[in-house]
Amino acid sequence: MKRCFDEMNGLEGVHRPPYSRISQWLSTLNPEQARKALDHAEAIFRRQGITFAVYGGGEASERLIPFDIVPRVFAAQEWRRLSQGIEQRVRALNMFLHDIYHRQEIIRAGRIPRHAIINNAAFVPEMIGLDPARGIYSHIIGIDIVRTGENDFFVLEDNCRTPSGVSYMLEDREAMMFLFPQLFAQQRVAPVEHYPSMLRSTLESVAPSACRGEPVVVVLTPGIHNSAFFEHAFLADEMGAELCEGNDLFVSDGWLYMRTTQEPKKVDVVYRRIDDAYLDPLTFRPDSALGVPGIFDVYRAGRVTLVNAPGTGVADDKAIYSYLPDVVEFYTGQKPLLQNVPTWRCADADSLKYVLDHLSDLVVKEVHGSGGYGMLVGPTSTKAEVEAFRAKLKSNPTNYIAQPTLSLSTVPTYVDTGVAPRHVDLRPFVLSGDRIRITPGGLTRVALKEGSLVVNSSQGGGTKDTWVLED
Amino acid sequence: MRLSVSHATHYAYGSQVDYSIQRLLLTPLSYAAQRVVSWQIKAPGVEGALQYSDAFGNRVHLITALKPDEPHTIIADGVVDVDDVAGLVQGLPMRVPDAVFLRQTEATQPSEAMLDMLGGIGERPSNTLNFLHALMGATHGAVIYETGSTHAHTTGAEAFAQGRGVCQDHAHVFIGLARASQIPARYVTGYLIADDVSPAAHAWAEALVPDLGWVGFDAANAKCPTDHYVRVACGLDATGTAPVRGCRRGGADEQMTVEVRVEMAQQ
Amino acid sequence: MLGRTASSLFWMSRYVERAENMARLLEVGYRISLMPGAVEGHRDEWRSTLLSAACEYGYSQKHKEPTAENVINFLLFDLDNPSSIKSCLMTARNNGRAVRTALSRDVWESINSTWNEFSRVTPESVSAARLPEFLEWIRQRSMAFRGALLGTMLRTDNYYFSQLGNFIERADSTARILDVKYYILLPRPSDVGSDLDVQQWGQILRSVSAHRAYRWFYRDSRYKPWLVSEFLILREEMPRSLRFSYQWINTALEGLAGLYGKRTECHDMASQRLTALRQGSMDDIFKDGLHEFLQDFINENSRLSAAIARNYNFP
Repeated sequence: MKRCFDEMNGLEGVHRPPYSRISQWLSTLNPEQARKALDHAEAIFRRQGITFAVYGGGEASERLIPFDIVPRVFAAQEWRRLSQGIEQRVRALNMFLHDIYHRQEIIRAGRIPRHAIINNAAFVPEMIGLDPARGIYSHIIGIDIVRTGENDFFVLEDNCRTPSGVSYMLEDREAMMFLFPQLFAQQRVAPVEHYPSMLRSTLESVAPSACRGEPVVVVLTPGIHNSAFFEHAFLADEMGAELCEGNDLFVSDGWLYMRTTQEPKKVDVVYRRIDDAYLDPLTFRPDSALGVPGIFDVYRAGRVTLVNAPGTGVADDKAIYSYLPDVVEFYTGQKPLLQNVPTWRCADADSLKYVLDHLSDLVVKEVHGSGGYGMLVGPTSTKAEVEAFRAKLKSNPTNYIAQPTLSLSTVPTYVDTGVAPRHVDLRPFVLSGDRIRITPGGLTRVALKEGSLVVNSSQGGGTKDTWVLED
Repeated sequence: MRLSVSHATHYAYGSQVDYSIQRLLLTPLSYAAQRVVSWQIKAPGVEGALQYSDAFGNRVHLITALKPDEPHTIIADGVVDVDDVAGLVQGLPMRVPDAVFLRQTEATQPSEAMLDMLGGIGERPSNTLNFLHALMGATHGAVIYETGSTHAHTTGAEAFAQGRGVCQDHAHVFIGLARASQIPARYVTGYLIADDVSPAAHAWAEALVPDLGWVGFDAANAKCPTDHYVRVACGLDATGTAPVRGCRRGGADEQMTVEVRVEMAQQ
Repeated sequence: MLGRTASSLFWMSRYVERAENMARLLEVGYRISLMPGAVEGHRDEWRSTLLSAACEYGYSQKHKEPTAENVINFLLFDLDNPSSIKSCLMTARNNGRAVRTALSRDVWESINSTWNEFSRVTPESVSAARLPEFLEWIRQRSMAFRGALLGTMLRTDNYYFSQLGNFIERADSTARILDVKYYILLPRPSDVGSDLDVQQWGQILRSVSAHRAYRWFYRDSRYKPWLVSEFLILREEMPRSLRFSYQWINTALEGLAGLYGKRTECHDMASQRLTALRQGSMDDIFKDGLHEFLQDFINENSRLSAAIARNYNFP
């Protein structure tokens, strides 16, 4: 496997300019200071209850996500380019959602096969013909991006449903400013703490036209047992919005209200962190006790805004992902600025030929597979395995897609043995309402195990503060 | 034909209902073959009902009640003029792309056995209308009409497997197989006045035929709807098209009874 | 404010108070169990502890005779017992977590760290010798919580609902302890005034941390039923008395009425009860029967709790 791009040392071991202060700082940081800082950070996080629930656990099922003290840094120029690509993609995703819930021009134009939408589990037919405020469906999108070189960024996944993690982004910054204020005095780091107020502005900007006066915004959570409950409470608190559970809300005479200690209060915008299926037992799963009966009807009648809209999952579906470059071009009329991980759909003859010629370099996956079953990882497979897979692929090519193996960039990370490179990804958070707002940076997730590419918090991944330097 | 319809649903409970919310799909629309002369819904809370058109163009009433009096009754009644146009459905306001009606649901998803029957009908021929008539006949033959043999949540495949069912099951089987043949098909609710059975709430299917548009198919009776049918609402399957769907807090032991009257009225 | 938020604040405080009261009851039970078993009646001390804690039925579902080990475990750690200290702290913390945004940071951190530390304690590590220290820690944590609440919460509805939960629970607990210790253990009038009787009254006072306060207040080292009852029922100077509790309940309800511009059914109930306690005399109470008085009080108190939930739309 080729060498990975390190964001501090590049490929050649020469320090890249955005990291000049960080590398100086790291050279003076002694293990005892580092250990103290880590302990301190953990104590802060635990005392504040910044935990995520691990399902299936007993009483001790609340864990902290490990925090790394070495920030990840982007230069202003790097970030400008990246955010242009993000903005373009987010615009296209919302236009795509609007289209598939209206006339489905993209299907008529033959750019996406009909069945990929119509039979998609995340497609919500009840949304058809509904016109959400400002035409926005996915108001909060988290786009997972990986980097493989100086100028090489790839979108790994779009999260258009209810992306989480923004609270970690904010708390990581708080922790860094508390632990190492001198680092922030030495250079200008773009602030992120205005995210909650940007979120509030975004939510208010999509209040339904029926709303008079200042919109009442609430956060709808499944409750304290949800893995992201901390984030729900955190965002509600930071925005000054009520944190509601399903049975705090009710529909009466065609409007949505919350049950208060006084008179019921009308609600205009619901930032819901409940999955589509549980949102409304009258429209979706009838056994849902988490949702609000009738909320979808009120939404449909234009008297409340749901954020994000139901049915946005169809835009971040695995099967749709490979079409995203086409989607961006179809709606924006421009070449995509952000690349997808190249994906060959083996149904296509030219792609199939390429895949068969390069089998030992590629990852080949079943279109509808998950969990790594029925998958070939070319570089780590034996010749015999590759040949056996070749036969399967030839007999049913439409069932497969192929992607190159990516060598994710690394960032210096404080581990038991000192500072060492670890693989990272990035989830910037993008808000769409009256305009598109992107927080500088985002959540950097880091695989703490040496060589590991798995950054998920459920699998031992940690987080880092992410800096965008100002010019 | 002028038909006079009355559809009453009575609810009684063993304990006080604290809150109830119900979505009513009980309003027929006018289109080429059907003109609604008069129609009204009487129900507690109907004055404050939220009214809107859903994704499939249906007229929806959403009614809510706090501590409603009991027992309570929802009555939909009115007069509708219907023409016999061999099941053709034209002039309905529809925003939904036809292809959406290719989406299978849990209730319509065909089983292997159903697909075998479809194979017996033969490849979908160039004449879609003939194919659909054959499918209607086969469905009618495969599922014997028997009241009470299935329940609200029985899937088409389950009814097909036991070979017995009611109109809902015939419609699900027909729709599932039409969709499997790449023909958009939808579930329709309404009322039927027949010579041999008492009038009732009824369900059938509509499928999209090139050049003709949507055509009704009543597999339970092996015929296309006539001027004895009043069409009310459509959707992907029975669950999404239920005349009344509700939730409540409180109110144990619900007792629900339905009375439907359909009569030929004086012109 | 959401009705659920009010409910969570109410129950959070109520459960912290209950944990503290439970710790006191256990301390008394433990203290008695250390005494020589010669004194007649003390072998029933653990049953009396269960009764005072209103946990006897739950205990009997799981265990036969009350033994020190089983009772301590049941009241301290058993999550099947919704009133065990562990259940109380967990419920209090979950309620606090659900309404985190309505709490000051100090209040949240107090309840959160108490639960975090408690949940790491295993029953095995709490030996008989360590028990008093552990129970004292629980009481300290409860008081730290209350200190944070009094010292950092804005005097708005958040605060008032917390206070209501706290004092409804305290009134219930004091009434129950007084009733159980007096009525259950001393069914025979002939015992009144005996040595045993004096011991029992001492225990009652210990159960509410008031044995020293009593002596100071009445300038009398002998426990007299009439005075002890008065102390716990009618004295406004005594912070765990029924009257004191109802003064705070009324203050909190008046606060809500001022804030919301509306009085409700529960305001009348609470103020009538307070008036009765202000005007009441021990002569009348003993004449009509202490037990009857206390039973009536406990029922009325729980009716008030239900009315608060109803009037303020608890879910």
